Amino acid sequence: MRGDPRDEIPEYLAAMRAFAMSLTRDPSSADDLVQDTVVKAWTNIGSYTPGTNMRAWLFTILRNHFYTQRRRLRRETADSEGAFAARLAEKPAHDGRLALRDFAVAFAQLPDEQREALVLVGASGFSYDEAARMTCVPAGTVKSRANRARRKLAELLGLEAHEEMEMTDRATRAVMSGQGRQGL
Amino acid sequence: MYAEMTQDDRKKRLDQQIDENLRKVYQSTLEEEVPDRFHDLLRKLREQGRPE
Repeated sequence: MRGDPRDEIPEYLAAMRAFAMSLTRDPSSADDLVQDTVVKAWTNIGSYTPGTNMRAWLFTILRNHFYTQRRRLRRETADSEGAFAARLAEKPAHDGRLALRDFAVAFAQLPDEQREALVLVGASGFSYDEAARMTCVPAGTVKSRANRARRKLAELLGLEAHEEMEMTDRATRAVMSGQGRQGL
Repeated sequence: MYAEMTQDDRKKRLDQQIDENLRKVYQSTLEEEVPDRFHDLLRKLREQGRPE
């Protein structure tokens, strides 16, 4: 019983939910994905090597399950674009809320693989090599996906390399008009 | 030449700012309270699953 790695799973629930949210862009799908991941991890704990990065192991199970399901449900699900963002708007006000919401709306429009790459290396602190192992593609592919994601975000937010990303009214308007989605 | 360098620097800075915003968005989800269903699930798995 001593040192059962399954005891560590709860520590990663919040991280799994955030990662699942970035992939599914929908809170209830994200939680279903996390639930399936927890069950898979629990029952396949034998495939985890103690002492290695458990977060990476769990994220790998989660994203593999996401892509398996996506293949199965392809195009069947309603577009939940912006649900990630809409959820943020329910949160108590904090500085830059509107700007972050705009950012999240733009982020939700990126292709799945680009969101994944950017979240892994840009937000979760994995190296390109770690992310490459997790997503079963070469590190160069992760890098180019992340870079394409950044370029696309800059474009969606109306930012150019010579501008500061101040989340100005201009950026806000660009997102709103490009997307026609509000509700704040 | 100088201009090209600063263009590169600016692009790098823009990328950093994009990542910074992403981390903020990501962080706000990360800080959410984990719903009870997950603790319940783990409790159930623990009860039925643990071999010894």
